[in-house]
Amino acid sequence: MIWTKKDLLGLEYLTKEEIELILTTAESFKEVSTRDIKKVPALRGKTVVNLFYEPSTRTRVSFEVAAKRLSADVINIASETSSVRKGETLIDTGTNIEALKADIIVVRHNASGAANMLARHVSISVVNAGDGWHEHPTQALLDIFTLKEKLGRIEGLKVSIIGDIAHSRVARSNIWGLTKLGAQVKVCAPKILIPPGIEQMGAVVTDDIEEALEDADAINILRMQFERDAETAFPEQLEYFKNFGITQERLKKAKKDIVVMHPGPINRGIEMESSVADGLNSVILEQVTNGIAVRMAVLFLVSQGHDKKYENTD
Amino acid sequence: MTKNTKILIKNGRVVDADNNLDAVLDILVENSRITQVAKNITNGASEIIDATGKIVLPGLVDMHVHLREPGREDKETVASGSQAAAKGGVTSCLAMPNTQPAIDCVENMRVLKNIIQKTAKVNVFIAASITRNRLGKELTDIAKLKKEGALAITDDGASVDSDELMVRALKIALGQKILAICHSEDKSLAQKGVVNLGYTSTRLGLRGISRESEYQRVARDIALAKKTKAPVHITHVSCRESVELISQAKKKGIKVTCDTCPHYFSLDEDVVLAYDTNMKVNPPLRGKADVASIRQGLKNGVVDAIASDHAPHTENEKDIEFERAEFGSIGLETELAVSITELIHTGLLSWSALVKKLALNPARILGLNKGTLSVGADADIIVVAPDKEWQVEKENFLSKSKNSAFLGRRLKGIVEYTICQGRIVYKNEVS
Repeated sequence: MIWTKKDLLGLEYLTKEEIELILTTAESFKEVSTRDIKKVPALRGKTVVNLFYEPSTRTRVSFEVAAKRLSADVINIASETSSVRKGETLIDTGTNIEALKADIIVVRHNASGAANMLARHVSISVVNAGDGWHEHPTQALLDIFTLKEKLGRIEGLKVSIIGDIAHSRVARSNIWGLTKLGAQVKVCAPKILIPPGIEQMGAVVTDDIEEALEDADAINILRMQFERDAETAFPEQLEYFKNFGITQERLKKAKKDIVVMHPGPINRGIEMESSVADGLNSVILEQVTNGIAVRMAVLFLVSQGHDKKYENTD
Repeated sequence: MTKNTKILIKNGRVVDADNNLDAVLDILVENSRITQVAKNITNGASEIIDATGKIVLPGLVDMHVHLREPGREDKETVASGSQAAAKGGVTSCLAMPNTQPAIDCVENMRVLKNIIQKTAKVNVFIAASITRNRLGKELTDIAKLKKEGALAITDDGASVDSDELMVRALKIALGQKILAICHSEDKSLAQKGVVNLGYTSTRLGLRGISRESEYQRVARDIALAKKTKAPVHITHVSCRESVELISQAKKKGIKVTCDTCPHYFSLDEDVVLAYDTNMKVNPPLRGKADVASIRQGLKNGVVDAIASDHAPHTENEKDIEFERAEFGSIGLETELAVSITELIHTGLLSWSALVKKLALNPARILGLNKGTLSVGADADIIVVAPDKEWQVEKENFLSKSKNSAFLGRRLKGIVEYTICQGRIVYKNEVS
């Protein structure tokens, strides 16, 4: 299997084999971070630009660390400090970065499809670090990598994703990735946070938290947004915790060795109790560590790819 | 272009639904009118068009076009839009009033009429707005606008939300004998949606526009047509429930007509999956079942007309994030070819039936004596090569804007000549 794509825009656009290639590549890169000198020359002389239109600390830092451990030069552009504020379009910003002879753009944007659009207009690589409600492929890849590391396989696993499915790019990427690798995915949320047609992506829908927990080999708990965005926020914080919050009590009825994941940052006491976040089943910090290896793999692979055909159109 | 006093179109297959005609005939045009339709006309015409192997049709009547003038001449002008119309075989179009300023008073109508008189290459008729500045708050002076020549009233781009206001508008429209065209959309349901609500919106992570936002307003508009007895025309019908509601209303004898656009009978929501903003239209491209229902509606007569909803936008307004891009596709230069490709070459419609959708029915709905090849009628005639294949390319559009949902597609059927009011306004020089 040879990687051919110049971009990583979403897991919807990847085959099972391509996802597996990223995971095996990540396995070999994971060891680098355990060395005394945490660096390999794989991307020496390459320039990676982190173009972030949304505030993000962990994803940006993770990409930056990953690029640096591959010996790439890294430039960070945040929307607050760039000409983005002066009204430059995403395409113009992208073609300017290309003119600087950068090799990879890592883009985070609040508009769904922004990475797809950028990739169409530049010939250098584009890695989607989260676009609107659409996809966050490296997050799902690190979730899957962590799961596989913990449980030895993905095929046949039962994974429940709990929280605001409607507005979650993490949920969408996880559904595509997990189902392609043969896992059974359940999504669980209050009815108003379940987007229409999600079943057609391959997920089973429930609004019963007990049902989401029983038999699950793993749960992925999404961050709930409350006050920040009036349009997408779920109105009742306490009601949400009462009905969907993950507590020690609820976990008692689940499998003993259930894997508990969260993409972070955690709202302690809202999506989950602190004791669950810090408990024995939690792999939340391992996800952060694995994020480096997965992003190293992605940056390395896209730098080898040249194929612009990346989308399922017809 | 060329000013001719006599044009003879020879040996074309003449399809004229108005006269139940489908035969190889000659047509003689003298001083802007059709003077003879017969076999082997021998008359000393100054210009003879050999239409052997071609189809001769009445010029298309497109009842939904945005020419953007006055106000957004960067997108389109009456001159550029009517040139595009001529190339597409459209000899009459109805300009929507959502210009800047809106066509909501006699003064603004006069400005537009003056522009049309000076620059239009084909017949351009004017639709005035129902409410001032299309805000849905205060009615325009419909009687005066009618007197000034408005052919229809519409707040296109918006629906008049207030039932009470719409009832008043329809009562006046009935009295003034002016057609009301409804952009049937309940914004409180559609909200900030940009694609069809369902699997597509979920998959793309974009806000959805439900079918309910369209068909519930269609139901309202039908109810008001019934209540007031005023004729109502529903424009750009896109979903199966709307077709069903209009079908039922027609059976009950309510005076309702409707049109759809080429993109609603030829494209479904799957083409949006690459976030191509040229596929962002309002109403949105729907599911396969909706497309099938629109096609069925065209076949069984529930859908009376095909209109382009020609909606030009600059590249700056389209080459941006999908959710921020403007709604709309240009259509004047592709509507005939898309219709021929999708409806004639698939066997869904006969040529005669297509002429009804594209010319005769919209003319009748608007009360125009057009869409016909009767002797004495205005000489609005097109000559079409029905099988000639071509590819839709940005650089070939005469429209100022290039935002076509059909870019890159191969289509069959091309206009060879467009004659408007007895003058050749377009001739295909490529072949």
